[in-house]
Amino acid sequence: MLKTFQKGGVHPHENKLSANKPIQPIDPPAKIFIPLSQSLGAPSKPVVKKGDEVKAGDILAIGEAFISSNIHSPVSGKIEKIDDYFDVSGYRKPAIFIEVTGREWNESVDLSDELKEDIILDGASIIQKVKELGIVGLGGATFPTHVKLMVPQGKKAELLIINGVECEPYLTSDHRLMLEKPREIITGTRILMKALGVTKAIIGIENNKPDAINLLSKHASSYPGIEVCALKVKYPQGGEKQLIQALTGREVPSGKLPIEVGCIVQNVGTTFAVYQAIQKNKPLVERVVTVTGTNVLNPSNFLVKIGTPVSVLLGKAGWQPEKAGKVIAGGPMMGKALLNVEVPIVKGTSGILVLNREESFRPKVQPCIRCAKCVSACPMGLEPYYLARVSELEKYDLAENGAILDCIECGSCQYICPSARPLLDHIRLGKLKVNEIIRSRNQ
Amino acid sequence: MNPLIVSGSPHIHGEMTIKSIMWGVVIALLPAWLAGVWFFGIAAVIVTLVSIASCVLFEFLIQKFVLKQETTINDGSAVVTGLLLAMNVPSSLPWWQVVIGSLVAIGIVKMAFGGLGKNLFNPALVARVFLLISFPVAMTTWPLPIESRANVFNFDGVTGPTPLGSLKTQLAMGQTLAQIKLPSYTDLFWGNIGGSLGEVSAIALIIGGIYLLYRKIITWHIPVSYILTAFIFSGILWLVNPNRYADPIFHILAGGLLIGAIFMATDLVTSPMTAWGKIIFGIGCGVLTIVIRVFGAYPEGVSFAILIMNAFVPLIDRAFKPKRFGEVK
Repeated sequence: MLKTFQKGGVHPHENKLSANKPIQPIDPPAKIFIPLSQSLGAPSKPVVKKGDEVKAGDILAIGEAFISSNIHSPVSGKIEKIDDYFDVSGYRKPAIFIEVTGREWNESVDLSDELKEDIILDGASIIQKVKELGIVGLGGATFPTHVKLMVPQGKKAELLIINGVECEPYLTSDHRLMLEKPREIITGTRILMKALGVTKAIIGIENNKPDAINLLSKHASSYPGIEVCALKVKYPQGGEKQLIQALTGREVPSGKLPIEVGCIVQNVGTTFAVYQAIQKNKPLVERVVTVTGTNVLNPSNFLVKIGTPVSVLLGKAGWQPEKAGKVIAGGPMMGKALLNVEVPIVKGTSGILVLNREESFRPKVQPCIRCAKCVSACPMGLEPYYLARVSELEKYDLAENGAILDCIECGSCQYICPSARPLLDHIRLGKLKVNEIIRSRNQ
Repeated sequence: MNPLIVSGSPHIHGEMTIKSIMWGVVIALLPAWLAGVWFFGIAAVIVTLVSIASCVLFEFLIQKFVLKQETTINDGSAVVTGLLLAMNVPSSLPWWQVVIGSLVAIGIVKMAFGGLGKNLFNPALVARVFLLISFPVAMTTWPLPIESRANVFNFDGVTGPTPLGSLKTQLAMGQTLAQIKLPSYTDLFWGNIGGSLGEVSAIALIIGGIYLLYRKIITWHIPVSYILTAFIFSGILWLVNPNRYADPIFHILAGGLLIGAIFMATDLVTSPMTAWGKIIFGIGCGVLTIVIRVFGAYPEGVSFAILIMNAFVPLIDRAFKPKRFGEVK
């Protein structure tokens, strides 16, 4: 019996169209812009100004707040301006605009492909360097990695979990990375173990990627502390709390972080970025992005410089704009639908999914028939029909009592609902309101 | 390029729809219905057609002329109500009484409460109880299974009591169970007994139930807790006094318990939302069914038991919440 999490979950069609496509680097266009808000927490503060010349790998902005991150230039060029752009949701957000002049890198960065397995730095220096080089969680949440590695007073980390689940349909960037950079990922795992002072790590991979499971198991075999664990395919197994339960049986208490049960979870993409930062001195300026969907003629996995517009990737993958209905940053279950395709790839973009027009519309909403599918699909053990209803009625006290803040917005309830009710729309709104109410109550 | 469509996640949707659920229920009911046609002949077909047609027609008329809203007859729910109503009445019921039952089910129980998903009580069961109280003779005159295949087209077949009916009347006359002639388990199992046209064949109902579970339209909680409770409760009574109380297997196979536990109590709209809620609901149905059968005035208690438990569903939903992930007590 393969391990998996216990409660709820759904199994959408996997549609991993690009699973066999090797990662292919693509060049940035002549002008790019780098958003200043690329991680959870406060936006970073620019340290360059208009007219400055930068090399690839030079720092552009620093994260001053506790939860914030540094941003580096992915290209060499000239700072054109620091100005607002319209982000994926249509909000004005500041960004650094760069005119690309070349590919010259900062000299401190080791650009060779040579594998470096010896870890020289000690734990504290590793965390410091992870912070300096702007590593954030690449699974989508973009939580600054150095903050995650600093175990709070009184808590103890005992297990590192590497998330190679990639449970979102269509996405294959983590899968490809595991196939093409297995030894780097194992070394990255060892670096993270050293930073955390733990002796045990588990790499969790869903069973639909047997090649990655075999390859990583082979490379992990020389390190007794690292174990690769195959998991039953079930969405949302990549959710931190679900993955911890699947691998260890431990339940992270409501409202608490994984460290409460002694675990730290890092995505395989992040682990690779940590390897590059520590062993190669390379800041996080590029990432693997899957471009996929039935609309796209060549579903692909690209190695993309941060700041490259989505339109460039779509062009390379051969999208058919006349047929396209929705362009989604991320996977189909949790991704964000884009307003326009001129937004840049950021650190948190794991994929671009293009849906054809006929796939883009939601089914017609029908009355709730109380089938309870949403209740059994909820991985957090909530009652989505109830939370959506009380949010719709603006009864936020009931929503709070129903533990609406436990919702991880995985979308399983809305996916399964036979009446196609917009459950998550209402719950998202309810969460925002409940958070507002709690904030004003605590003031 | 067309403007892009923007909406919140998730951007894909599962295959299950109201339509697929409703037609799934119809498919699951087919074996038991076919058994009814086998045992009761063409009359069963007529009752069914009248019931389904009038349910669909009433829903259409009420939506078009009274509520002035878009019609929903395509979702299949009125077909399910019509089919369930037909399967819960004797095949000899006059057609106009079937039509009245349909009007009660669709007009009063379903549409007056706001249409699909809003009704507190199971429409087909309320209609059945309405008919039972309004037309007690017609609703308790049970055609017996046709003896010869030549009589398939015969409308005036032999009638007689249901197994539960003979049990009740003869116990009331002071006979002991040993003296009462009840049908064999084999006849109960295959359905070779008198009764409502869809309730007689235990095996056909169980096949339908397995199909519903396989399609994930229902969960095991209500049927299992209902049947198990009825079995245990009637079993205790039987152990106490086997002369006075029928054995538990008889109670499970006779009457409407299986169609009730598998198809009526599991009605999505009128049953609880959580696993524990469903189990409590099933236990309540089981206890009430046996209480009514053994101590009540009616020989059969399934409809009343389920309707009474329907009324408790809002309370059950409030009292039995799912266990949350990482719940802090």
